[in-house]
Amino acid sequence: MYNQTEILKDTSELGADGELVINMGPQHPATHGVLHLVVTLNGETIKKIEPHLGYIHRSIEKMCESLTYRQFIYVTSRMDYLSSHINNLGCALLVEKGMAIEVPDRAKYIRVILSELTRIASHELWLGAMAMDLGAFTPFFYAFREREMITDIMEDTCGARLTMNYIVPGGLMYDLHPDFQKKVKAFITQFKSKVTEYEDLVTNNIIFQSRTKGVGILSAEDAISYGCTGPVARASGVSCDIRKIYPYEVYDKVEFDEVIETAGDSFARYIVRVKEMNQSIRIIEQLIDNIPEGDFVGKTKNVLKLPKGEFYSRVETARGEFGVYVVSEGGTTPHRIKFRSPGFSNLSVLNHIAAGSKIGDLMASMGTLDLVIPDIDR
Amino acid sequence: MFLKEYISDVVNGVSSLLKGMRKTGYYFVHPKEIITEQYPDNRATLLLSERFKGEVVMPHDAQNEHACTGCTACELACPNGTIKVVTKFEVSPEGKKKKAIDTLVYRLELCTMCNLCIVACPSDAIKMAPNFEHSVFDRTKLTKVLNHPGSKIREGIE
Repeated sequence: MYNQTEILKDTSELGADGELVINMGPQHPATHGVLHLVVTLNGETIKKIEPHLGYIHRSIEKMCESLTYRQFIYVTSRMDYLSSHINNLGCALLVEKGMAIEVPDRAKYIRVILSELTRIASHELWLGAMAMDLGAFTPFFYAFREREMITDIMEDTCGARLTMNYIVPGGLMYDLHPDFQKKVKAFITQFKSKVTEYEDLVTNNIIFQSRTKGVGILSAEDAISYGCTGPVARASGVSCDIRKIYPYEVYDKVEFDEVIETAGDSFARYIVRVKEMNQSIRIIEQLIDNIPEGDFVGKTKNVLKLPKGEFYSRVETARGEFGVYVVSEGGTTPHRIKFRSPGFSNLSVLNHIAAGSKIGDLMASMGTLDLVIPDIDR
Repeated sequence: MFLKEYISDVVNGVSSLLKGMRKTGYYFVHPKEIITEQYPDNRATLLLSERFKGEVVMPHDAQNEHACTGCTACELACPNGTIKVVTKFEVSPEGKKKKAIDTLVYRLELCTMCNLCIVACPSDAIKMAPNFEHSVFDRTKLTKVLNHPGSKIREGIE
């Protein structure tokens, strides 16, 4: 039998000032993967968060050094699997830039449309999972209903639902499915009529609002100094959309707004992603009827060899800036390859925004960072 | 002032909850708009897209002939070493030696369905099939030989 003094003695032995260390993960339902957070608590208040990585390290960068410039593209689908098409695009852009390969207009248009569809699918999944982290189970199914339409389109055209590998250096692997335009238009009408349901279910829900507003505030200066990109930085008022700053493919021909919020809290990050989905719909609407006829792949040599030198290309994935850096010695395989993944810098800000808050708020802060663990670990 | 805020919070909370519940209730009484598929029961009618990348197969025609010349382009294109082409030399009646495949070994457990071998094939001898129920009880069953026994190359393919 414990008496009161013994219990008090036990807690005093926990740490210097009653600190309690809790391991969240690596198998935790709310971390969406094998992320291990060592959380130091004082009562219910978080004192420090230390993310431990390495549980899903597959040494993709080293692997790419033994693959040719045609082969290494498919591996990047396995990094940020929710925006795998955009990762593939970043790698293909680098090879095309390095070898000065001409890409037909048709391929450029299709690439952008599929990139935006991928972005919507990724944000949909995030929305459902984020609401589920905060205890709302139903939005997950509503979000997946629309996402399912996109994965169906991907399945028809690219042949896979998640890891598409549809892009090759110089264009696309094969032409569009004949039903593509019809299906995308059906998706746009469905999405526009159903997006109000998210507002009713999640955005205007008072429990959701009080759990996210003012939680995990990130200032613009900190967002820049931690290297945050994507919706995380844009929710803090930093303009960092690669599609606007360094337009690639046909992003300079389409009209869309860069969504910027200034509050910097979890709710602002939520709003940025929901508004970004609408902007993606806007981009697709402008392009879907104007896909030019012609070849879907440009002329390339059988064996691709990048000239000697260093190359860098960047794209805007659903999570932020994805960069590929290649050092080439002139051979058929890269000498050294480095991926700049958005999730890694977005995770590094977690200790900064969640320290000092209650442990219940950690889910809101972490959920809105939109972490994909294989992207962080590679 | 505090009481007023408290009461308005309660009223807002209840009304936003009811709004969400109305949406849920709508789908409860409209079961036709539910899109869940009852998977194992609908296997007979389940159709995947014809482009779906499920596994690599080698189509054979009625005479048990395929189009594979044994050029090993697929083996070179594969990033994982999934395909192994074993070639042999066939001697024609005129005494000419000709290269042909003995076996084309395909290891499904290594395959990532990246489609690079299909793109690389110059004679369209292999293609992706929309099969997805690959589970077997023994790992060795995942290593397959794609060319049928006794098959040979179709006439006119070099």
